[in-house]
Amino acid sequence: MIGAFAASPLFGFLITEPVSVAHYLVVGAIMFTAGVACMATKRNALGVLMGIELVLNGANVNFVAFASPYLAGDGARSLGLDGQAIAVFVIVLAAAEAAVALAITLNFYNNHATVDVDRADDLKG
Amino acid sequence: MIPAPIAPQLIAPQWLLAMAALPVAAINWHSFFFLLFAALACGFAVAVVAATNVVRMALYLVLSLAATAGLFLLAGAEFVGAMQLMIYVGGTLVLLVFGVMLTAQAPFVSIATSGGDRVMAGVVGLALLGALLLASLSVPAWRAPASGSLAEPAATPLGMAFVGVRVDGPAAGTPEAAVRPGYLLPFEIVSVHLLVVLVGAAYLARAKRRKTQRAIDVAASVEPPASVAEHAAIGRGQVGSGSVLSGGPVLTGGPR
Amino acid sequence: MVEFLTNTVGLSGLLAWTIAAIVSAVLVLNVIAGGALAFIWAERKVSARIQDRLGPTRTGGRFGWLQSVADGIKLLAKEDLMPEGADGLLFRLAPYVSFCASFCAFIALPFAFDVVGQRLNVAVFFVVAVLGLEVFGVILAGYASASKWSLFGAMREAAQVVSYEVPLGMCVVVPVMLAGSMDMVTIAEKQAGWFWNWYLFHDPFTFVVFWVYVTCAVASVNRAPFDLAEAESELVAGFHTEYSGLRWSYFFMAEYGSMFLVSAMAAVLFLGGWNGPIPLATLLGLSEGTGDTAPYAVRLLGLVNLVGKASLGVIIMMWIRWTLPRLRIDQVMTTCLKYCTPIAAVMFAGAMLWKITLPGGLMPGVGRPGGEIREGWLEGPGGRAAAKPVAEGEKLARANREVTP
Repeated sequence: MIGAFAASPLFGFLITEPVSVAHYLVVGAIMFTAGVACMATKRNALGVLMGIELVLNGANVNFVAFASPYLAGDGARSLGLDGQAIAVFVIVLAAAEAAVALAITLNFYNNHATVDVDRADDLKG
Repeated sequence: MIPAPIAPQLIAPQWLLAMAALPVAAINWHSFFFLLFAALACGFAVAVVAATNVVRMALYLVLSLAATAGLFLLAGAEFVGAMQLMIYVGGTLVLLVFGVMLTAQAPFVSIATSGGDRVMAGVVGLALLGALLLASLSVPAWRAPASGSLAEPAATPLGMAFVGVRVDGPAAGTPEAAVRPGYLLPFEIVSVHLLVVLVGAAYLARAKRRKTQRAIDVAASVEPPASVAEHAAIGRGQVGSGSVLSGGPVLTGGPR
Repeated sequence: MVEFLTNTVGLSGLLAWTIAAIVSAVLVLNVIAGGALAFIWAERKVSARIQDRLGPTRTGGRFGWLQSVADGIKLLAKEDLMPEGADGLLFRLAPYVSFCASFCAFIALPFAFDVVGQRLNVAVFFVVAVLGLEVFGVILAGYASASKWSLFGAMREAAQVVSYEVPLGMCVVVPVMLAGSMDMVTIAEKQAGWFWNWYLFHDPFTFVVFWVYVTCAVASVNRAPFDLAEAESELVAGFHTEYSGLRWSYFFMAEYGSMFLVSAMAAVLFLGGWNGPIPLATLLGLSEGTGDTAPYAVRLLGLVNLVGKASLGVIIMMWIRWTLPRLRIDQVMTTCLKYCTPIAAVMFAGAMLWKITLPGGLMPGVGRPGGEIREGWLEGPGGRAAAKPVAEGEKLARANREVTP
C-alpha cells in the first residue's frame, strides 16, 4: 500500500512540485477543525483548553504561510514581517490565555472537585 | 511519472527502487519535508480529538505543535518556529502537569463524551473543514507554486521590528514606510498584558484553605458516590485504596 | 558528501542523499552514545578519586576502560519489566522522547567551523527550546509508571526545569547581545583569537553571568545538587524507578547527552567555541591555506578544542555532584528566583551598558573583532533599507503599492 502510494502520480506530484500557500492553508484548516471539534466534544476542561491551542495554532499556520518569503516570494502577495509578528503575538497571547484558563480550572476544581465542564452550571437559571 | 501497476509480490523492492531511482533534481526536498511535517501535525491534531486520556491528549498536542514548528521553519519563519517550541512546549508542559495533578484519581482520567455529541461534532467539523478547504483552494493566486527564496534570514529584521525599527520593506522617507511602523507599542502592551495575566492567574489560583471542606461537601452532593468516598478519604489524609495514583499530589487538602 | 557519493561512487540521487543523511545522524548518535560510555566511566573514576577510592580497575586493563561496555552488555541482557498498572504506550514511549529531545538539540550545535548539522539562524534559541522538551519524557515516564515515587520525581523535575528556563534564557541572551546574532557559528567566530577575546573575559558582567549560567545549566539537566527528580534518599530512584534494562539506559544517555550539550553551549557562548586559548591555527599558518588539507586540519583542531572544553565542563559537573549535598526543593526555588534570576537580569543590563559605553573594551589596542555596533542598526527607521541599492528599494516599494490598493 505504501508502495502504491509512493509510486502514485499524486505523491509524485506532491514531492516534485514546490508547495504553495494553499498547502499550508489546508494544514491550517485541518488543525483548526480538529481544535473546534476538540472544544465541542471534550468534557474535560483541560481538553477544551487543548482545543483552543489547536485553533490558535491553525490560525498561526495561515499567518506564517502568508508571511513566508518562500511561498510568496515576489513580495506582492506576501504579508512580509507583519505576518510573522502577528504569529508571535498570537503565541504570546495563547500562553497568557492558557495561564488564566488554568487558574480558572484550578479554582473550579477547588470548588467542585471535578474538571468536568458540564458540572459548571451554578449560574443556570 | 512512475508506472502505476505493481505486481503484489514485488511491492517493497519496486517502490524502494522507484524511490531510489528518482533523481535528486526531481525531488523537491522542501516539499518532501513539508509533507512529512504536515502529515505529523494533522495526524496528531486528529489524535488529540480522538484520545480520551488527558495525558495522552497532551502528548499528541505537543507532537502536533512541534511538527507545526517544523512547518514554520520550512516557511522561513525561524524565530516563530523556535518560539513555538519554547512557549507552546512550556505552556503545554504546565498543562500536562495540571492534567496529571487534577485527574490523578482514576474516575477523572477520562471523562467520556456521549455518542450523540461525537456524531454531531463529526458532522459539524466535516462541514467546517469542507468550507475552509473550499475557501483555501478557491483563490488561484494561493495555489501558485512557491517562487521565492529562503536566503534572507528573517530573525534579525523581526527583532528590529519589535523594538520599533523597520529594516525591511520600503525605503525610509517614502509614504509606504510611514504606514508600516514597527511593533514597539504592541510589544510593550503585550509585555504588560503578560505581567497582568501572571498576577491575575496567581491571584485566581492562590490557595484557599478554608474552602476545602466545602469543596468536599459540594463534591459529595454532585458527584456519583463511587469516586467521592475515595476522594473524601484522601481529603482526610487517609490512603486511597482504589487507584494507584491516589497518593499523588492531591490539591484538596484536609480541613486545617 | 552527497557530491562525493554521486560523483565518485556513482550512486543515484536519492540513495546518495539517504546515505549521507544516515551517516550524519549516526555520527551525532555516536557522539551521544560513545560520549555517554566515556562519561559514565569518567564519572566512576572521578567519584572514586573524590571519595579516595580507586573505582573500576579490572574490566579491560588497569584503568577499567571497558567497565561501561560491560555495563551496557549487562543492561542489554536484562529483563524489560513494566508495572502492571502502567500505561503501556506512554511507558514505552517516554525514554525515546527524552532521548530524541537531547539528540535533536545536537542538530544546531556547531562542533567546529562548518562542522554543524544544520546552521540555524536562531540556533541558540532552538537549542534552549529543544532542551526543554526532554522533561516531557520524564513527566510521561513518571505518569505512566503508576508509581508514587515516579510521579513525585516527575512533578519535581517539571517544576524545576520550567523555573530554571527563565534565568537560563537570560544568561544565554548576554552573549547573543554581544555578538548581535543568535547563530552559534557567528557567536563563536566573534571570539576568535587569543583567550581574552572570549566572552567570559569580555567584561565583569559576562564573567558573573557565566557562573550563573553554570548554575542554571546544572539545574536544568537535573544534576546534583539539583537532582531532586531522582533523589534516591527519598524517592528510590525518582522518575525512572520502574525502568530497567535498555529503556533505563536511554534515560541515562539522554542525561549525559544533555550534560554534554549544555557544556558545549557554555563553550560556544562564553569560552570561544572552537577557538583555542591560543590561536594555534593562525600561528601555524594553517588558516592561510597552505595546502589542500589545511581547512581539514583547522577543523580538526577546532573539533578537539570544543570537545575538550565541553568534556571539561562535564567533568566539572561530576566534581560538583560528588562534592555538594543535595538541596531541598525550597532551596532550589530560592536559588532560582531570588538569586539566579535577579543576578542574571542585572548582569544583562550591565553588559548592555558596557557594550554601549565601552564598545572597544578596556584595551582598544588589543583588538576585538566583534566590538563594533552592527552597521545600520541605530540609524533610525529604514536605516538599512535606505542603504540598499535604489533599484531594489524601488522594487519593494512597487510591490508594496500593489498589495495596498
